[in-house]
Amino acid sequence: MTFIIKNLPILIVITPLMFSLIVAVLSNNRLAWILSTFASFLTMIFSILLCFELSNNSNISYYLGNWPPPLGIEYVIDKVSIIPIIIVSVIGFIATLYAHNFFILEIDRNLVSKTYSLWLLTIAGLMGLITTADAFNLFVFLEISSLSAVALVALGSKMDRKALIAGYNYLILGAVGATFYVIGVGLLYGVTGTLNMSDLAQKIPALGLNKSVIVAFTFMMLGIMVKAAVFPLHIWLPNAYAYAPSPVSVLLAATATKVSIYILVRISYTIFGPSYEIYTFESLRYVLLYLAILAMFAGTIMAIFEKDVKKLLAHSSVAQIGYIVLGISLATSPGIASGFIHLINHALIKAGLFMSVVAMGYYTLKRIDVNSITGLGRQVPITFFAFVICALSLAGLPLTVGFISKLYLIKAAFMSEGIWLPFLILVSSALSLIYIWKLIEGLWYNKTNSKSEKIKELPEIYIPLLIISFLNIYFGIDADLIIDNSFIASDALISGIK
Amino acid sequence: MANEFYIYLSILTPLIAFFITPLLSSNPNLRDSLGPIGGIITFYSSLNIASLYLNGEILSYTFFQINETLSISFKITGLGVIFGLVASGLWILASIYTIGYMRGNKEKNQTRFFTFYSIAIFAAICIAYSGNLLTLFIFYEILTFSTYPLVAHKQNNAAKQAGRIYMGILVGTSIVFLLPAIIIVWVLTGSLDFAPNGVLKGNISNEYVPFLLALFAFGIGKAALMPFHKWLPAAMVAPTPVSALLHAVAVVKAGVFSMLVVITYVFGIDFLTETSGAVWLIWVSSITLLISSCIALTKDDLKARLAYSTISQLSYIVLGGAIATNIAVQGAAIHIVMHAVGKITLFFAAGSIYVATHLSKISDLNGMGKSMPLTFIAFFIGSLSIIGVPPMGGSWSKFYLMLGSVEKDYLLVIYILAISTLLNVYYLLEIPAKAFFQPKRTNIQVTKHPLIVYPTFFAAMLTIVLFIYIEPLKHITNLISGNQ
Repeated sequence: MTFIIKNLPILIVITPLMFSLIVAVLSNNRLAWILSTFASFLTMIFSILLCFELSNNSNISYYLGNWPPPLGIEYVIDKVSIIPIIIVSVIGFIATLYAHNFFILEIDRNLVSKTYSLWLLTIAGLMGLITTADAFNLFVFLEISSLSAVALVALGSKMDRKALIAGYNYLILGAVGATFYVIGVGLLYGVTGTLNMSDLAQKIPALGLNKSVIVAFTFMMLGIMVKAAVFPLHIWLPNAYAYAPSPVSVLLAATATKVSIYILVRISYTIFGPSYEIYTFESLRYVLLYLAILAMFAGTIMAIFEKDVKKLLAHSSVAQIGYIVLGISLATSPGIASGFIHLINHALIKAGLFMSVVAMGYYTLKRIDVNSITGLGRQVPITFFAFVICALSLAGLPLTVGFISKLYLIKAAFMSEGIWLPFLILVSSALSLIYIWKLIEGLWYNKTNSKSEKIKELPEIYIPLLIISFLNIYFGIDADLIIDNSFIASDALISGIK
Repeated sequence: MANEFYIYLSILTPLIAFFITPLLSSNPNLRDSLGPIGGIITFYSSLNIASLYLNGEILSYTFFQINETLSISFKITGLGVIFGLVASGLWILASIYTIGYMRGNKEKNQTRFFTFYSIAIFAAICIAYSGNLLTLFIFYEILTFSTYPLVAHKQNNAAKQAGRIYMGILVGTSIVFLLPAIIIVWVLTGSLDFAPNGVLKGNISNEYVPFLLALFAFGIGKAALMPFHKWLPAAMVAPTPVSALLHAVAVVKAGVFSMLVVITYVFGIDFLTETSGAVWLIWVSSITLLISSCIALTKDDLKARLAYSTISQLSYIVLGGAIATNIAVQGAAIHIVMHAVGKITLFFAAGSIYVATHLSKISDLNGMGKSMPLTFIAFFIGSLSIIGVPPMGGSWSKFYLMLGSVEKDYLLVIYILAISTLLNVYYLLEIPAKAFFQPKRTNIQVTKHPLIVYPTFFAAMLTIVLFIYIEPLKHITNLISGNQ
C-alpha cells in the first residue's frame, strides 16, 4: 500500500498507458471494454487517493526513476493540478463506461479493441500533461494525447467520411501548435539551460527583457492556444467534435481543451510567474482578454446558426472556453478562481450534453440535427430529462453548476473591470439562451400529425447520463467544494507572482 | 413543536404535490384533489406564519449554506407574509377552478399541467419567504422555467411563438439586468441578506443609486414595466387557470413583490428618499400605467384586455414603491392583495365564459348576462374592486397610494391615478354592461360546469370581505419597513 501511495503521481499516468498496450492485442471487443473500464476506474481511484494525500501536504513531488531535477524528470501534484486530474479521471471513467455500445455501432468490429487502446492512450497523455513539471516532457505528452486523439477522431469515418478531413485538420493544426510550443521550449533551454518548470521560473527573471525569452513565451502561448481552441485558433475544433465517434466527442469536449487551458495557466503563472510583470502582464490582459470576449460572441453566434447539434455544441464550447480564458486573463485571485470553477463545471455540463445528444443519435440511428429532433423528447423521456438539466445548466439556471460559474465570473469581472465586462458576458450568455432554447423547444414539441412510438432506453446509457445530470445539480447547490478548491488553486498561482 | 415547522410545511406541501402528481396520473380524481388539499395546508401554515409575525416573532430557516456569504435561506418579512398568504390562499380557489376548467374544456396532458402548476406555486411561496437576494433570484428563475410548460401547454405554433417571447423577455432581463444588480450589491456590501432598513446606505455613492435601481427595476421583468411588458399579453395563450393564478397572481406578484423587497429591504425607503434615487421610477411606472390602460381600451379579446389591465395595475404597485414613503409602500403591499383577488375574479369569469360558450371576444358577449348571471355579476364586482370603488377591497389600496403621493407632494401622480381610474371604468365596465344591457345576437349553447362558477363567485365575494376585514392587513403592512 505504501508503495502505491508513494508512486501515485506516476501511477495515474502509467496505468492507462500500460493497459492501452494490453488492450491493443486483444481480439475480444467486450473484454477490451471491460479492461479499459477497469483501467480508467483504477486511474480514478488513484486520483482520488492523490486528493487525500494532498490534503496533508501542499504539493507532492515525484522524481521519475529517482533522478532528481533539474536533470531528471519531475512530476508535481499540487493544489492546482489536482483539479484537471480529477476532471480527466472522473469524466474518463464515466465516458469509458458509456462508450461500448457506441463503439460497437460506429466503428468496424475488428478496430474496436484498437480504439480502446487509443482511448486509454489519450487519457494517459492528458494525465501526463497535467502532472509533468518538465517543459519538454510536456511536449512528449502533448504529442501522445493529440496523435491518439486525432486517430480517434478519424475513426468516425465509418459513420461519415468527413471525419477524415476533420481528423486531418486536427492533426495539422495540432502539429503546428505542438511545434510552436517546442520551439519556445528550445529557445528557453538555450538561454537558461534547464527544462524543469520551477527551475525555469527561478532563472528567467534574471534575464530581464531578453528577446529570446519574449519570443519563447509567445511561441509557447500560441502553441498551447491552438490546442486550447482559443478564438481565433479554434477552427479545428467544431468539425473534430462533430464527426468523431460519439464517445470520443464526449471525452474530448469534456477534458482535452480543459487540460490545454490548464497548461496555458501553468506557462503564464508557474513558468513566467516570477517575471510576471515583465512578460505575462500585457499579453494576458490585453490579448487573452479581448480574444476571450470575441470567443464568447463568435462561438455563441455560430452556435445559433448551426443546424447540426453536435457541431452546435462544439461552437458553444468555443464560447465557453472564452469564459474560462476570460476568468484566467483577469489575473486576479477571484478571476483565476472563476476560471477554474467554470473549467470544472463546464466539463460536467458539456459531458452531459454530448452524452445525451449522442444517446439520441444512437436510439434513432440518425445524425442529430435541429430539424430531426422535433418531438424526440417524447420518445426518449429519460435522455430528454438529462439533456434539459444539462442545457439549463449551460444557460446558468440557478441551482445548477452553470449558475455558480456565472456568479463568480461576473463578480470577478466586475471587481477588476467595472460594469462593462459583466455586461458583455451577460449579453453573450443571454444570446446563448437562443440556441439552448431552440434545442429544448425542438425536442419538446410534437411533430404535427405523426405517430411516434416510444423507444426503449438502455440503462447502460442512461445511468451514466443521469449521474452526470445529478452532479450538475448537486454541485450547483453544494458548490463549496468546487469554489473552495478553485480559490485555493488560484491563490497558489497568484502567490507565485508576488 | 418549533414554529419553524410552519415554514417547512408551507414550502414542502406544494413540492410534495409536485412529486406525487405524476404518480397519480391513472387516478384523475385523487390527483386533482391534491391541489385543494395542498392549498388548504399551505394557507393554514401561512396564516400561522402571519400570526407569529404579528406577535413579533421573526422566523428564519437556512436550507443550505453554500459558503460564508452565500446561502439558500428563508426569513419571514412583512411583505413576504402578505405575498405568501395571497399565493397560498388563492391556490385553494384556483385549484378547484382548474379542475372544472380542464375537465370542462377536455384539455390534454392534464397530469403534466397539474405537476407544473404545483412547482410554480412552490416557487412562488419560496420567493415570498426568501431571506436573501440569492434565494429570491433562484426561485424567481425557477418560477419562470416551471411556468413555461404551462404557457405553451397547447404545444401548437401560437404557443411556441408566445413561449419564446415569454422566456426571452423574462429570462433575458433577469440575466442581463437582475443578475449583475445582485452581484453589484454583493460586491458593495459583502452580503446578500435583507435588512429592515436596507443594506446599501453608506456602501454606494448617491449618484449611482438610480442606475442600480434601474438594473433591478428592468431586471425584474415579471413586474412588467414598459418596455419589458410584452411577455404578459403573450402568456395569454395559456389555459385560463394559468392566466388566472399565475399571470394575475403568482408570477406578476412575484415580480412586484421582488420590486418592493428590493426597494424596502435592499435600498431602504429612507435611503431612497435621501438620494431621490427612485424619482425616475415614479414617472416610468406612471407612463406604463397610462399607456397600458390606453392599449387595454383597444383590445377586443377579453384576456388580452385583462392582460393590459394587469400591466397597468402592476405599475400602481411599483409606483407605490417608487414614491418611497411608508404609507405608499403600505398601499402598494395592500394592492398586491386587492389586485390579486380582483383580477383572479375577472380571469375566472373570462375562463368560465370560454368554457361555457367558447367565446373570447368582448364584442360577442352582448346579452350573455342573462344566460350566465352569476359569472357576470362576479365580473362586475371584480371590476369595481379593480377600479377602486367602496365597498370593494381595491378602494383601500388606491386610498393609501394617493395619501402617499400627497405626503410627498406629487400632485401630478394624483391626476394620473385619477385618469387611469376613469380608463379602468371604461374598459372594464363595458363588458358587464354589454352582457346585461345589449340585446342577444345569436343563440349560443351554454354548458356550465359547477366547479367553475362557484370559485368565481366566491372570489368576487372575497373582494367585499377584504374591504371590511382590512384591519389585519393594515397591521401587517404597517410593520413592513421596520417600524417594529
